[in-house]
Amino acid sequence: MKTWLSPRSTAGLIMIAGALLALPFLAASGGQAWVRILDFAILYVFLALGLNIVVGFAGLLDLGYIAFYGVGAYVYALLASPHFGLHWPIWAILPIGAFVACLFGMLLGAPTLKLRGDYLAIVTLGFGEIIRIFLNNLDAPVNITNGALGLNLIDPVRLGSLSLAGTSEWGALSLSGPQKYYFLLVTLAIVVVVINLRLQHSRIGRAWQAIREDEVAAKAIGINTRNIKLLAFAMGASFGGIAGGIFAAMQGFISPESFSLTESVMILAMVVLGGMGHIPGVIFGALLLAVLPEVLRYAVVPAQKALFGSVLIDPESLRMLVFGLALVLVMRFRPAGLWPSPERKRELAEVSE
Amino acid sequence: MSSTLLEAHHIGKHFGGVSALRDVSLTIRTGEIYGLIGPNGAGKTTFFNCLTGLYVPDRGDFGFDGQLLAANAPHQAAQRGIARTFQNIRLFGNMSARENIMVGRHLRTRAGVLGAVLRDTRTRAEETAIARRADELLAYVGIADRADHLAKHLPYGDQRRLEIARALATEPRLLCLDEPAAGMNATETAELRVLIEGIRADGTTVLLIEHDVKLVMGLCDRVAVLDYGEKICEDIPSVVQKDPAVIEAYLGGSPDA
Repeated sequence: MKTWLSPRSTAGLIMIAGALLALPFLAASGGQAWVRILDFAILYVFLALGLNIVVGFAGLLDLGYIAFYGVGAYVYALLASPHFGLHWPIWAILPIGAFVACLFGMLLGAPTLKLRGDYLAIVTLGFGEIIRIFLNNLDAPVNITNGALGLNLIDPVRLGSLSLAGTSEWGALSLSGPQKYYFLLVTLAIVVVVINLRLQHSRIGRAWQAIREDEVAAKAIGINTRNIKLLAFAMGASFGGIAGGIFAAMQGFISPESFSLTESVMILAMVVLGGMGHIPGVIFGALLLAVLPEVLRYAVVPAQKALFGSVLIDPESLRMLVFGLALVLVMRFRPAGLWPSPERKRELAEVSE
Repeated sequence: MSSTLLEAHHIGKHFGGVSALRDVSLTIRTGEIYGLIGPNGAGKTTFFNCLTGLYVPDRGDFGFDGQLLAANAPHQAAQRGIARTFQNIRLFGNMSARENIMVGRHLRTRAGVLGAVLRDTRTRAEETAIARRADELLAYVGIADRADHLAKHLPYGDQRRLEIARALATEPRLLCLDEPAAGMNATETAELRVLIEGIRADGTTVLLIEHDVKLVMGLCDRVAVLDYGEKICEDIPSVVQKDPAVIEAYLGGSPDA
């Protein structure tokens, strides 16, 4: 068993760490907007890794994953905004958000235990919509979510006396708000990656994989498939809940609009495109799909102006076009994703024997 | 040797209008190899599925080791010590042979999410033990050299062996084999016979569904015959072979014709 890293992987880790440290400063040279894009990209990594537990590890197709993100965001917003006059600290809210999202995860998981594939996808899709519609309408008779108007003036994350909103200076070092969030997000994302990696190669991870492969056989060798599936839903959901909390704090404003079906589909696309069940692949997929549209947004308008003298195609619609095309191409030529795990490659390879 | 391990009491199961099992009662003693035979569609696999909790019998119940077996709870049946293989092999195709057996250890190990994430000493020790046991079992069934192959890429005979190894990983007291020799040639069947005898010698009771009459008659201590969901005979092989009802079930026609 490996107890310590080889020199090569140590060097790799140092390089990744260096890149992660330098990235927000490089991005800032293009304007704070790029740092914010980076923040969102990491938030999506977070979400994609959470969904990967449900879809990639346990093989349960979940099209309503964004609901947990929404639940986490609303928990944060309700406990740290003028809406109810509550201003709880982050270390209290994030665990509550994760816990509530986890409860919702089990709420979704429990009635769908016997469903698989298409049927499960439809039920989870409906669940996601139900949550969004609830958020939209829970402003009467008692105003809980403030309906479609959303919740405003949400507290930023505060770590001790340090607020993550606005610029802070320590001598020569000056960090903008998005840069500070970046470091918080990267730290949390690393924790999530480690949790994911370790879960995958554990007794629980193997049980998930067994359920994905053959549920009847998994039952017959004594896996309590009900509990193990609920665990997958609950864990995936709690990661979504934490991501939602940070999203609310970072944005300062949330409304049900942010938690639409398109977002669920987007996160699923990240998982599938990157390489289902393969953690580096999922991270790659999330970063790619989060950053690429923004690059397009900045590149398309000037390019069209230079070529045709006017903007012919709206970048937003072009984005969907490119997206669809990319998905079709990937599914046609790399069905295991852009960066699949070695095992998955083997699965799809022809048997040479 | 003669204590009772499994008692089936008046098991009945029907699908729509078809009675798959009618009032089947049988007793399996600790340490024996018990054969369950019968023509196609006689209800052998249905009996297995009822026993291992995949189906809920409409009537009757099972007593295992002196206690009632809960219906409709496959993982509990496995917990109590009943392991099975499937007629149409059901391995975890995209996992390696070793991983298949490691999953089989799920039931007898404890590590949860916290253990997996923290990787404390106990979890690591458990993981090492799981891997070691998997390798032992691979060697036991004779496919040690296939440990890292994906299960679905294994030759047919090895898949059968792997499925048995996976079942053994759950530390069963009763191992139920559903047509393990199906599709095997004479050499493979002979090897399988040695394996099953070894399993019994190591203390596991075996319940065997099989079509290969020669294998059943040579291997089993006692045999029950099912026909149209009913038990028509239960005795030692030499008696079963001569039973007129059994001959009729297998060859058709009536004895007086």
